Amino acid sequence: MNKYRSYYVPFFFIILSIVGIIAANVSMDFILGQLYSRFVRNTIFLLALIIPILSGMGINFAITIGAIAAQIAMVVAIDMGLPGGRALLLATIMSIGLAIVFGNIVGFLLNKAKGKEMIASIVIGFLGTNLYQLIFMVGYGTVITPFNEDTLLTRGIGVKSMLDCMHFKTLFAGVMPIKIGNTEGSLVPIIIVLILASMVYLTSRSRVGYHMKAVGEDLEIAEKLGIDVDKTRRISIVISTVLAALAHLMFVQDLGVINVYSGHLNLDVFSAAALLAGGATFKKATIKNAFVGIILFHTLFIVSPLAGQNLFKNPALGEYFRSFIAYGTIIFALMMNLKYEKVRRTLVKADVET
Amino acid sequence: MKKINIGLPQIIIIGYLLILTISLSFIDIPLIQMINASLIKWAMNGILVLSLVPMINIGVGRNFGLPIGICAGLIGMCIAIELRLESWSGFLVAILMGTVVALVFGGIYSLILNKLKGNEEIVGTFAGFSFIPIMNIFWTLAPFTNRQMLYPVGGQGLRPKISLNQYFGGVLDNAWQVNIGELVIPVGLLLFFAILCLIVHLFFKTKLGTIMMAIAENEAFVRLSGVNINRYRTYAIIFSTALAAIGICVYAQSYGFVELYNGPFMMAFPAVSAILIGGATRKKATIFHALIGAYLYQTTFLLSVPVANALLIPEMSEVIRMIVTNSIILYAFLYEGRLKKNEQV
Repeated sequence: MNKYRSYYVPFFFIILSIVGIIAANVSMDFILGQLYSRFVRNTIFLLALIIPILSGMGINFAITIGAIAAQIAMVVAIDMGLPGGRALLLATIMSIGLAIVFGNIVGFLLNKAKGKEMIASIVIGFLGTNLYQLIFMVGYGTVITPFNEDTLLTRGIGVKSMLDCMHFKTLFAGVMPIKIGNTEGSLVPIIIVLILASMVYLTSRSRVGYHMKAVGEDLEIAEKLGIDVDKTRRISIVISTVLAALAHLMFVQDLGVINVYSGHLNLDVFSAAALLAGGATFKKATIKNAFVGIILFHTLFIVSPLAGQNLFKNPALGEYFRSFIAYGTIIFALMMNLKYEKVRRTLVKADVET
Repeated sequence: MKKINIGLPQIIIIGYLLILTISLSFIDIPLIQMINASLIKWAMNGILVLSLVPMINIGVGRNFGLPIGICAGLIGMCIAIELRLESWSGFLVAILMGTVVALVFGGIYSLILNKLKGNEEIVGTFAGFSFIPIMNIFWTLAPFTNRQMLYPVGGQGLRPKISLNQYFGGVLDNAWQVNIGELVIPVGLLLFFAILCLIVHLFFKTKLGTIMMAIAENEAFVRLSGVNINRYRTYAIIFSTALAAIGICVYAQSYGFVELYNGPFMMAFPAVSAILIGGATRKKATIFHALIGAYLYQTTFLLSVPVANALLIPEMSEVIRMIVTNSIILYAFLYEGRLKKNEQV
């Protein structure tokens, strides 16, 4: 019975997706095409969530901070007006640098809020968003002078809410073309995703990875074993933030436009829900969960507005339904997690008594 | 007994308030108007802040699931508008229906929270967030017929912002206003607020309330003396939810609009921040904390609007408001982490 528990959530999503596909009445080609771009855009976010789970910090909702790092880098790169390839390179380097700095700060803060990492990371995400808005909405044009006046709003204060970066999108277009469904894409983003996935896998198998697992299992025992708990936790958050920054670069690269003020919002919740849909829990997550989750969750995401349109003549209903599923999955995971914790605690107690 | 503990949140907010007051004197805005507006803002948001008190005092933690209670109140108001009730009858029916719905919602919410003891804050956050899409489906499909609350085109689904002008907008604000020179005191509104505060205060003086406080202090001990803890937690959660429903009715009549759909999404954070500013801790909050917190929080942001406008950056007041809100909540989490560590040693 217990053996199949981890398959409950994915199975539920498979059923929902099948019902959704039937209700939406769309061609498989369309779904596959959409899945390709969603796979490219979102998988790395899921990878970013895995490592903090290993070190027992639960879901790191502060991956928003990583996305912010990437967004800052891209806005600056576009502002400087470099040509496509060099701009992307600069943005990548800069976003990794910023992500390392931000990741250390987030890790430091989360180490102070042990046992409450998840809610604290949500608040950190919100706070980061606000500070970011302060810089780009108020700071630009007043304190910071941009390289290019065109990036500002007409009143001269604040960056435009949308910046075009089509030259990022066309960068990969010619290289290794493949056709999935009805979308023509490139193999390069998929290869990048796979490389990062194997890097996450290798990290979890390395010395640091074992330290993280030990910390995730039990803080005090890990400390007694001579592992620097705080440092290990901070490293896992830094890795997570850097991955999130890369993920956001990939996201924007595929989208072709930067939503300066809203591009990074809600990514955390949807990525978390997708990972949990793939069968992960707050204590255990693997690469497999990420790949299964992205396909199941996003199939549902693609078809639910269409299903709403077909069944009720109202696409908004499908949209509400899918946001409910996203938040609901997280609550369900919390419930399951607590049950597991209770079982584990009684087991430990039994061990001590015998 | 009532001592204000001055911590970092209080210093931040009072410092910010001082900066604003000084910069306000450079702008040509009469202070007396600001005081009038601050009184209304205080009571308008104060009840939402007050609604956090029962849940904190029983040890469930700060209610980040505030949107659930708010949605109950919104349903109450929609029913009152649907019946085309005006003025006082509309407002009272809205509160009554809102409370009734809140009893149901609070009951369901308490089932979830009682199952997930110890993680109430994160569960509450996501319970609140996930409740909003459910309500969105309800707003779209609910069979309301009053044209003024439906989308102008199509005739199906409630509109995101319903004006209360014809119904009960400003009914409390304008009740028994007392003018002293230029100072306008909305006695009706403040009286209503005061009555609710008194109810909460007296509630915690009863036997029921005392047991609740005891649960927050030492749950294991109370359980050993044969008290069904989950039942008391359910009462407190329902009480909080009902207060939130009343709170949003008062908020909406001041604001003049009923905001549906994603309106309540982020309403929990300002309320939680306000009660933290008042000096509430994780397991103890008094009426005094709610009152002073709501007043300081709301007045600060009331003053920041004209200052930001004078600087020609109107978005600034909202952004800084959110920064202060979130950093105070974050500080509370970090600070509590430290306290816990000290206890262990």
